[in-house]
Amino acid sequence: MSARRIFTRPARLAAIAPYVWMALFFLVPFAFVVKISLSQAAIAQPPYMPVVMLADGWRGLVAAFGALSLDNFRLLASDDLYLLAGLRSLTVAATATALLLLIGYPVAYAMARLPRRWQPVAMTLVIVPFWTSFLIRVYAWINILQHDGLLNKILLALHVVSAPVVWLATDRAMYLGLVYSYLPFMILPLYATLARLDPALLEAAGDLGSSPRQAFWLVTVPLSLPGIGAGVLLCFIPIVGEFVIPDLLAGSDSMMVGQALWLEFFTNRDWPVASATAVLLLAILLLPLLVYDRFQRRQMRRS
Amino acid sequence: MTAAPLARVSRFNIAALALGLAFLYLPIVILVIYSFNASQLVTVWGGWSLRWYVEFFNDRAMLNATFMSLRVAAVSATLATVLGTLAAVALTRGEGFRGRTLFSGMLYAPLVMPEVITGLSLLLLFVALGAERGFWTVTVAHTTLTMCFVTVIVQSRLGALDRGLEEAAMDLGCDPLRAFLSVTLPLIAPAIAAGWMLAFTLSLDDLVIASFTTGPGATTLPIRIYSEVRLGVKPEINAICSLIVGSIAILIVAASMASKLSSGRGGNAAPM
Repeated sequence: MSARRIFTRPARLAAIAPYVWMALFFLVPFAFVVKISLSQAAIAQPPYMPVVMLADGWRGLVAAFGALSLDNFRLLASDDLYLLAGLRSLTVAATATALLLLIGYPVAYAMARLPRRWQPVAMTLVIVPFWTSFLIRVYAWINILQHDGLLNKILLALHVVSAPVVWLATDRAMYLGLVYSYLPFMILPLYATLARLDPALLEAAGDLGSSPRQAFWLVTVPLSLPGIGAGVLLCFIPIVGEFVIPDLLAGSDSMMVGQALWLEFFTNRDWPVASATAVLLLAILLLPLLVYDRFQRRQMRRS
Repeated sequence: MTAAPLARVSRFNIAALALGLAFLYLPIVILVIYSFNASQLVTVWGGWSLRWYVEFFNDRAMLNATFMSLRVAAVSATLATVLGTLAAVALTRGEGFRGRTLFSGMLYAPLVMPEVITGLSLLLLFVALGAERGFWTVTVAHTTLTMCFVTVIVQSRLGALDRGLEEAAMDLGCDPLRAFLSVTLPLIAPAIAAGWMLAFTLSLDDLVIASFTTGPGATTLPIRIYSEVRLGVKPEINAICSLIVGSIAILIVAASMASKLSSGRGGNAAPM
């Protein structure tokens, strides 16, 4: 007990360096995003106005604040593009997350039912693709889905289709890419809760007269809700802001918020509007992020 | 555990698992096979050949981007491992301290935060600080992202550790630092190694954050690959991707062998 308390102080000191680092490089930058989202675009380096100069003192600060404006947000609200991008991000993320749950659950369930010594092997096999490059995995699908790619060749050879099907640059391809890339994030938390499930509970349900199917829906699914919640959040939040997968696999007729931000920043070089888009994206994600934070904290307390 | 767990596995379970794994692995296997394709056309099979690998090793720009990525990954993974391990120690051993909620929030949020937001906000910070964009800005950005993953991995190992061992060391006269270095650190070493490797591969992989925070002369491999991929599939890219997949596979095998060795000496296997 006393030894434990002695250890606490140096352990707290260990927080200093990572604390300062994360505050400086994660928290403070958000303040800049908000500030610049309220600034005007300018043809300058950096390409926005006003820039607050500490050397100008208090008067400069007041003047700078006076020059801040909500114009960028008015633009976002008036232009359909951003509203549609926001809606599309939410629907794409919801659909992809539902697909992930539908595909991930049976896999995680099967993993949890494997003999004990096979479970770590299955887990490693699910994790390994997560270690290989994200970009490479999307690129691998471009290879397969292109006009004269492997998929069309197989379908033609099997006479399933008579002419090559357009796969690339469609929403189908984007959903495939999303499900493929995020599957480990769904499977692992599901597996973690399903593996902890006490099989005696299912036996008890059976003894009390429920069929295996009933036992699954009445016992297994409710008890795996924490895993479902974790998996859904781990997939939904990043997918809302996804850029690479829709950019490379979906068509160019509609955009997600992440693509709109990228376009404003890299193509239009309009940093203030890009920042305003980032604020919009954060606003969309605020609620799921808060839920995620509570989830993490509860999990930490349990461990 | 009840007897005969194998009986619990139904045919449906096996099918789900097999299909799931096939879905995860087939595209990568196809990519690797096609990287050995002799044909100029990516979709026509022209026999086995190493020509695209030769092409890659003659491509100056690609090689420079590769070296830049490897340097960024090595430096940022090392920084992230030190910071992430410290954070994990503070979270698991520091009990409640002021600002702990904010601290853990800052460490968990980047795990799900869309990369476009992290990238843009870091860029705006670097511009405001007047930092010259290049190797160091990308490295700092990657450290910020990957240290959170290191924290999670090391934290789960520390949480599972028997604290009686540290307490025993201190009862026997070790000061806390000594107890940590000679008792705790060797026990969490596999998790720290796994954390470093994950940080390294995440950095090597990142396109979005690097695109925002990089500057002239600091093009990383994913940025280079991305600009090529936008123009269409090229056999040389297949070769580069296969090389990356191969090196990561070797790293993982080496890591699992190392963790087996260390678990043979009494510790447990790494959590990842």
